[in-house]
Amino acid sequence: MQLINKNLYGDYGDKEQAGGSNDGAKHNTASEWPLWEVFIRSKAGLDHKHAGSLHAADAEMAIENARDVYTRRMEGVSIWVVESRYIHASDPGESASMYEPANDKIYRHPTFYDLPDELKHM
Amino acid sequence: MTVHSFQEHFDEKIDNEVSIEPRDWMPDDYRKTLIRQISQHAHSEIVGMLPEGNWITRAPSLRRKAVLLAKVQDEGGHGLYLYSAAETLGITRDEMIEQLHSGKAKYSSIFNYPTLTWADMGAIGWLVDGAAIMNQVPLCRTSYGPYARAMVRVCKEESFHQRQGFEIMMTLANGTDVQKKLAQDALNRWWWPSIMMFGPPDDDSPNTAQSMRWRIKRFTNDELRQKFIDVTVEQAKLIGLTVPDPDLKWNEETGHYDYGKINWDEFWNVVKGNGPCNKERLETRRKAWEEGKWVRDAALAYAEKRKARKEKATLAA
Repeated sequence: MQLINKNLYGDYGDKEQAGGSNDGAKHNTASEWPLWEVFIRSKAGLDHKHAGSLHAADAEMAIENARDVYTRRMEGVSIWVVESRYIHASDPGESASMYEPANDKIYRHPTFYDLPDELKHM
Repeated sequence: MTVHSFQEHFDEKIDNEVSIEPRDWMPDDYRKTLIRQISQHAHSEIVGMLPEGNWITRAPSLRRKAVLLAKVQDEGGHGLYLYSAAETLGITRDEMIEQLHSGKAKYSSIFNYPTLTWADMGAIGWLVDGAAIMNQVPLCRTSYGPYARAMVRVCKEESFHQRQGFEIMMTLANGTDVQKKLAQDALNRWWWPSIMMFGPPDDDSPNTAQSMRWRIKRFTNDELRQKFIDVTVEQAKLIGLTVPDPDLKWNEETGHYDYGKINWDEFWNVVKGNGPCNKERLETRRKAWEEGKWVRDAALAYAEKRKARKEKATLAA
């Protein structure tokens, strides 16, 4: 199992096998611009959706770069950026227990209820 | 979970076409293969800007210039999508760039050929981007989520690249004798390197089986090459150009074109660094990186300064 000590999205604060090789440890990344996650609203009325990531020195540059990298064909009307190291993520290794409470509650779905076919508008 | 059950869980996902995502457990070799493939793909996009960049200032009309600029800008964008996809696997951007500059990481050999005439802009769009699309469309369903998502975006944008290239070739092929000669000459020079883009033949491609097992690759090199030849030969006929392969022949039985022997010695020679432009391409990239250092440093210093100033102002308030 390898450790990582880099901040990739979803890896913040973790020290397990999530990321890549140890080779990175000896590499000096001090001069690398921080990594940002980009979220784009494709049109008014829709949610912002994760589009990808990029490097930028600050938030303003991240938004400008996001415009050039992710909206060259009018894919967006609004851009959010957040530095990748501020994203916290659930652990996929714990998915089973994490989502277990929802598993056996099928009565939360409308199809659970057996009603006569004659019943309309419901 | 033991390593064994991690592996089983991973295999099960691959078999059931469930994407692997950055934080999921994956075998080290899967990670390494992906880092190699995605970073080489990214490098190819970035180095691929150079042969065409050569013609931006000499495009024959404002329309052609605007189109070429947009295409080269897209390639920069594609490189960036792919670098970020590779970064989710735990390699940094700087490491990848270092590997490119040191020669440790490769990029597509096609970009080590020179662009001698304007017709080469047509041939590159038509053949090189055409071959790239053939390769990339199946990658939209590759097993690693971030790579597949980057490829969806790339493929959406790439189709104009091929169409504008074909349009250039078509215009030249319908033009004066000299223009037609330029088009044919470009096809002659780019045909073989283009069909080599699919990589070595299947019996000489040791990684293919594993990559197919991991559903990173969906088709073998030879399958994709055949598909490309079948469609491209017909396109050449449409504009009255001749594919420079005397052995090219329609095979009724297989329903495919038979083609002549590919010069793999040339291919390996270019991969090893002895192509016409290998040295020049790498030098251009290194120079851009080194001469851009002060800009990267200044931007970082400016961001720090502004942050400090803002913190001070907040404290004072």
